[in-house]
Amino acid sequence: MARVGVFICHCGENIAGTVDVGAVAKAALDMPGVVHAVEYKYMCSDPGQTLLKDAIRDKKLDRVVVAACSPRMHEPTFRRTTEEAGINPFLCEMANLREHCSWVHEKAPPTTKKAIDLVRLQVEKVKRDRPLNPIRVPITKKALVLGGGIAGIQAALDIANAGSPVLLVEKSPSIGGHMSQLSETFPTLDCSQCILTPRMVEVARHPNITLYTYSELEKLDGFIGNFKATIRRKARKIDEKLCNGCGVCQQKCPVKKIPDEFNEGLSNRPAIFVPFPQAVPNKPVIDVANCTYYKTGKCRACEKLCPTKAIRFDQEDQIEVHDIGAVVLATGFRTMPTSNFSEYGYGKYKDVIDGMKFERLASASGPTGGAIKRPSDGKEPRHVVFIACAGSRDRLKGVPYCSKICCMYTAKHAMLYQHKVHGGQATVFYMDVRAAGKNYDEFVRRAIEEDGVKYVRGRVSRVYEDDGQLVVKGVDTLLGAEPVEIRADMVVLATAVQAQHDAEELAQRLHVSYDPYKFFAEAHPKLRPVETNTAGIFLAGACQAPRDIPETVAQASGAAVKVAGLFSQPELTREPIIAVVDRQPPPVFSSCVGCFLCKSACPYQAIEEEPIKNRNGDVLKVVAKVNPGLCQGCGTCVSTCRTKAIDLQGFSNEQVFAELMCI
Amino acid sequence: MADPFEPKMTAFVCNWCTYAGADLTGTSRIKYQPNVRVIRLPCTGRIDFMMVMKAFSRGSDGVIISGCHPNDCHYTSGNYHARRRWMVFRDLLDFVGIDLRRVTFSWVSAAEGAKWAELVNEATSKVRELGPYKEIQQLAAVGID
Repeated sequence: MARVGVFICHCGENIAGTVDVGAVAKAALDMPGVVHAVEYKYMCSDPGQTLLKDAIRDKKLDRVVVAACSPRMHEPTFRRTTEEAGINPFLCEMANLREHCSWVHEKAPPTTKKAIDLVRLQVEKVKRDRPLNPIRVPITKKALVLGGGIAGIQAALDIANAGSPVLLVEKSPSIGGHMSQLSETFPTLDCSQCILTPRMVEVARHPNITLYTYSELEKLDGFIGNFKATIRRKARKIDEKLCNGCGVCQQKCPVKKIPDEFNEGLSNRPAIFVPFPQAVPNKPVIDVANCTYYKTGKCRACEKLCPTKAIRFDQEDQIEVHDIGAVVLATGFRTMPTSNFSEYGYGKYKDVIDGMKFERLASASGPTGGAIKRPSDGKEPRHVVFIACAGSRDRLKGVPYCSKICCMYTAKHAMLYQHKVHGGQATVFYMDVRAAGKNYDEFVRRAIEEDGVKYVRGRVSRVYEDDGQLVVKGVDTLLGAEPVEIRADMVVLATAVQAQHDAEELAQRLHVSYDPYKFFAEAHPKLRPVETNTAGIFLAGACQAPRDIPETVAQASGAAVKVAGLFSQPELTREPIIAVVDRQPPPVFSSCVGCFLCKSACPYQAIEEEPIKNRNGDVLKVVAKVNPGLCQGCGTCVSTCRTKAIDLQGFSNEQVFAELMCI
Repeated sequence: MADPFEPKMTAFVCNWCTYAGADLTGTSRIKYQPNVRVIRLPCTGRIDFMMVMKAFSRGSDGVIISGCHPNDCHYTSGNYHARRRWMVFRDLLDFVGIDLRRVTFSWVSAAEGAKWAELVNEATSKVRELGPYKEIQQLAAVGID
């Protein structure tokens, strides 16, 4: 017979103020199996825990129910205490008398009655608890960082500096991401590439970092500490070991007219190219879709002229499988396709551009060498209109959320324009200026007060061309919704930040949850912002939500610390709340009939098929087996099982039905 | 005079969304009717609908089932399994003769403390109007228990 001890916490007045704790203790003593029931002012305090430990020893208790706050709050505390007193920690349950009872009901007899019932449920449950041992699994101390933008770079460097090997996988030919395309950064106006490229070089040189550019993650199997990552290394058609990055191939390539992705199509590139001069690695890649050789079978100019004979036209994609312990997702964002904005004339008028294009125009390394020239005729625009919230906070046409970075970069763009074009005029149409951040509001004020940028509060309804100029029709809501018409030479749209095209597909492949906008979801919005709900996969940067650079870097370092913390342990221990398939002596072996409905229900692929063989090696029966490393303990398989052969430790059928028997 | 009828309500909730949401109701001190007894499960996917039958046969007048919103499941897809199972089971319950007005299926996230209070109040008030679930005893006589 079980010897259950019930410990009722007053939580000061929080519980005792509403619930008659004396009556609960008295009622508990009448419950079958309960041999000891006391109340105390604060069970979680030091004396409270000592009281619990002493009672376990003196009264020879073998199971404990603590009736106090939510188990989500103090279950670990009391499980540790019971363990210290010599009982298996999983023989302790908590009845939630505070959040689910005293705080939500009036002081009245039904409340005390509910408290007694809640204790009774847990007494019935704890009597059927089995001693469990935490699951120990080894850890592969190597991290995979997916995405080579500033988030991935920072996370990779921090993990590598903490002493663990890192595999950094980037899908484009160079690391650097969006940040390498930016001209200058708010609120300091320091040059983006100047602060980024040293980090990129550090990544390339770091002994702990293996850099795979032009590569993609095909598949991720396994679980925390023990992932297997399948990576496709796309063929660059270049022998990277031989190539010294001299650039002759780029100069001699006869194909010249391919829109340059790095410059957002504002300039052209050849078919064999390095995306930008500071690219890491500084090795070209052949654009197979546009290369003359792949189209006609002739040319091979680069091969003939390469001084190190590094061109490999027959190179194939390579698939590699790596053992990985933790993953940092840093796959970044994209801006909303501007085809959404026909009312602003995007795609129709060359001089209506988006923010990324303006970054390239303003960048010293850009197609104009940093001079602001409009794309249509290369003339210096005398009046530029910036339209903020193009797609953001727009339920009907765009996304309902705020893209967060646009207010700041629009202020920066307008400021850069005023600095570069003397006598020019920048006008910004905005809804609100959201400049919360260190020195951010000061920056916007500076744009308005010192640089003379005009801010008009209102939306733009239409942009059309008239007499070689763009006419921006809007409204000034601060002047009583007065219609405004501005003749501009160039219009810049601050398009909304969105999740990557393949974010949903990637999330489903990795079993990471995502929000309605396909941004990856954190495990807890406040307290676990860099973890996902899948153990061992962490988040950094704008793949989670729109983020600016300082936030991205902070979060990447946070994710790196989580990975380093994981790797600092000799092995992993996990709560043993997992499913188990029943095993019986021969000739039954298991009540499992091998239908494997559980296998299709399991979200973690944790169910394996186990053949049971006789001594001759003949298969007698194939039954289900739960991989304890993969199982997360949701119990979906348990309710699916036809023969009740599979059960969930800690929430077994017996326990749940025992609870139901006493309601 | 006899006490007015107070329904017995049983709630099956998942640990990650609705249980946490109900915790938030407590933290926010939002009051609701004290009739409900919560059975904590890891996930709504864990709900075997025999549990619902057992709750009724043991004298519950109403049952509440609540988990994470679709797409928000801690275990990725457990709530979808629960929803699919419920869609099938609901028809079966109806066929057997269980009063479906006594079962409330909902989603309450960890951030929806107020919604939990509302859900419990609405379900409890509805069942209070329906009165004690005496009909289940007749079903039990034909072997439902």
